Amino acid sequence: MKPNVLIIGGGLMGSSIALQLAMRGCNCSVIDKASPGRHASGSNAGGLRQLNRDPAEIPLTVEAAKMWHSIKDLVDSDCDARFSGQLRVAENRSDMKKLEQRANMVKAMGYQHEEIIGKKELYKIVPALSPHCIGGLICRGDGYGRPYHALTAFRHKAESLGVTYHSSTEALNIEQEGEGWHVRTSQKVFNSDILVNCAGAWSGQIAALMNESVPLTPKALMLMVTERLPHFVDPVMGAASRKLSFKQMQNGTLIIGGALVAKLDFEQQKTELDWQQLAKSASTVVDFFPQLSDVRIVRVWAGIEAYMPDNIPVISASQTVKNAYHAFGFSAHGFQLSPIIGRIMSQLILEGKSELPIASFSINRFSQEKK
Amino acid sequence: MKDHYQLLIIGGGPAGLAAATIASSKGVTCALLDEQPAPGGQIYRSIESVPEKRAEKLGTEYLRGKELASAFRACEAEYFPETRVWSLSSQREVGVLHKGKSKIISADQILVASGAMERPVPFPGWTLPGVMQAGAGQILFKSSGIVPSDGVVLAGSGPLLLLLAWQYMNVGVEIKAILDVTPLSNHLLALPKLPRALLAHHYLTKGLIYQRDLKRAGVNTKIGASLLQAEGDDCLDTIRYRHFGREHTIKTDLLLTHFGVIPQIALTQAVGCKHQWDDSQQCWRPEHDEWGSTSIDGIIVAGDGAGINGARSAEHAGRLAGLQALFALGVISQIERDQQSIEDRQWMKDERHIRPFLEAYFAVPQTMLATTNNETIICRCEEITAGQIRKAVESGHQDSNHVKFLTRCGMGACQGRQCSNAVAHIVADSGGQAISEQSHFRGRPPVTPLTLMQLADLNEEESL
Repeated sequence: MKPNVLIIGGGLMGSSIALQLAMRGCNCSVIDKASPGRHASGSNAGGLRQLNRDPAEIPLTVEAAKMWHSIKDLVDSDCDARFSGQLRVAENRSDMKKLEQRANMVKAMGYQHEEIIGKKELYKIVPALSPHCIGGLICRGDGYGRPYHALTAFRHKAESLGVTYHSSTEALNIEQEGEGWHVRTSQKVFNSDILVNCAGAWSGQIAALMNESVPLTPKALMLMVTERLPHFVDPVMGAASRKLSFKQMQNGTLIIGGALVAKLDFEQQKTELDWQQLAKSASTVVDFFPQLSDVRIVRVWAGIEAYMPDNIPVISASQTVKNAYHAFGFSAHGFQLSPIIGRIMSQLILEGKSELPIASFSINRFSQEKK
Repeated sequence: MKDHYQLLIIGGGPAGLAAATIASSKGVTCALLDEQPAPGGQIYRSIESVPEKRAEKLGTEYLRGKELASAFRACEAEYFPETRVWSLSSQREVGVLHKGKSKIISADQILVASGAMERPVPFPGWTLPGVMQAGAGQILFKSSGIVPSDGVVLAGSGPLLLLLAWQYMNVGVEIKAILDVTPLSNHLLALPKLPRALLAHHYLTKGLIYQRDLKRAGVNTKIGASLLQAEGDDCLDTIRYRHFGREHTIKTDLLLTHFGVIPQIALTQAVGCKHQWDDSQQCWRPEHDEWGSTSIDGIIVAGDGAGINGARSAEHAGRLAGLQALFALGVISQIERDQQSIEDRQWMKDERHIRPFLEAYFAVPQTMLATTNNETIICRCEEITAGQIRKAVESGHQDSNHVKFLTRCGMGACQGRQCSNAVAHIVADSGGQAISEQSHFRGRPPVTPLTLMQLADLNEEESL
């Protein structure tokens, strides 16, 4: 008998886990306190980036990249994924040294996806870039997708395999009975054999209902979008030593981000934009692309995401209770990992182990630190 | 421009001008920011510079703005014309763009007197060159004396349509037809509200005079016209509509439409004020008390931006808001506020008499608010059709904001200001979320576009 699984949080992680479990014959329900994609899953920048990840994430991100390249086979939609590369630019020698060290570290681990390029190759790839840069680190298989389209595709595919979604359904109380779970929500009571917590910024609260404490910090991250421009840049652009992240989408708009944090009142779920930070980001963009000075910003928003102290997620069985699992705290770089998280979590839940190393993501790591 | 004011007023229409005049008389530091080059707002646009002859043609109501503008000019408030406000926070920080430079200033009290905008109602062909909103036509007339030279068709509903027709007639513009889309059933629904409206009979009389003059001049008016369509290859050449079960066409290269006005709520939305759907006015408006105080401390609203009540009401509401700001600043007592506002409050009450009748009489039919013609473009920035919106709802995206995420509807240069209403109506009509406060697109700043360089100006750190 396959277990019944209740997934708390209908974002991209919850939907990816639900999909993989349903593909393996489990009965899954997904509850969401608002509606799927209301926060981080709907409002992130959609980066498909293997470049410059934490070493612990490298095995996962590389496997996830393979899945993204054939995402249509999984969810019947290409999620508007485009593979135009991601690039970190060096502005001086010390930047370049930093990038070279990074590339060597990745190679030493046995991976080839991060590649150093010199000035000539850099300007061949991005002719529009300000002439002061000297080289960069590129991952040519990277790119970007459209988050809400991806979420919708994952969700529809999961639903087609029998997964049920319940919006406006907030978990209020979680009780273990025998080996199973009773979850009282704002709508009704759900019973399940297995519980999965992927409630994004609210995962700390869900863990607390399971008597498990995690040092999670909700943060609101800001993004800006400009008017449409003629096509001028292919890869998603970052910089070695400055906060920069921007890409030109298929429709010509620019999305500008780079871990810009807004003021957040988490209780009220209210964010207030920090224009100083946005201004800094705008000057950085103009430093790299002076020709963009007069481009108009049409929209700025902030989405609420969970950060862990070490900026890598929790992908783990619960350490305090049986039959409960966590996948949260992606610290603003979860989008690319989402397909592999579904696969790993389904293995963890059904087989007790994963095909990839995930010890670094254990929830134990925080309590061990204390000792 | 200072970094801080006790009172900051956004908008130089009747509400803003009246508020600035009364508040600055008590010695508070007060500034008025306005997008236009001169005081008056849309309703009294160019009031200080309009040639006398043109002013006469525009009618006595328009001339009323002269007094307001001159009282404002004489007052102590600082005035910043051609200044855009691009953000507003609940901490009362205001992002402004003045002489091409952006800046963030703050205030203890902020009056948002943002006024009204024409209700955008999409119908087949509304995006063709040659189809314009009547308000734009009137602005050209007020500010430059420009009128259509080859005749015009006016279509829609609402007092402005009638007024503009009358103003055009006065200067000899050929009015090919007035297509009034309000169904005859509106007249019946408005009838019970007529007795109260008679208390403000000067408005009714004026309307009747306009109608009589137009009729005498032989202007062709079709009441209850429906299924309005604008057609043409690259620009408008034909208008098609139904009237009493028969299809008609008119050849014209200019169609001016008007479907009433709705509050401009981009700023009150940006700051996070509570809003409500007003069924009678068919629009969202910020919640506020008698004095204009909103759900956010120190943010006051007045004039049509707070709910449509017309130019005269706006003037009184502006004075009430000004007094409320003075009271909140501790400059006058509550008793002083109440006593000094007796007349204005009475005026506002009297002005309200006409509204329920007008709102029922000119209500835009549901079939136009939520067009069933799936080919019709709803979001003109991103070219999203009614059919795409209906399809999104049918595939499970039940609310406007999800429809926006999925289709990009409302994500273009205007940020949904033109399509938010229509999308909410179509979503509701397709079985999605009913119209409520939540069905408006979530407001996302900047309220008006800002260039990267203008934003970078705010950066206090030296860039490389």
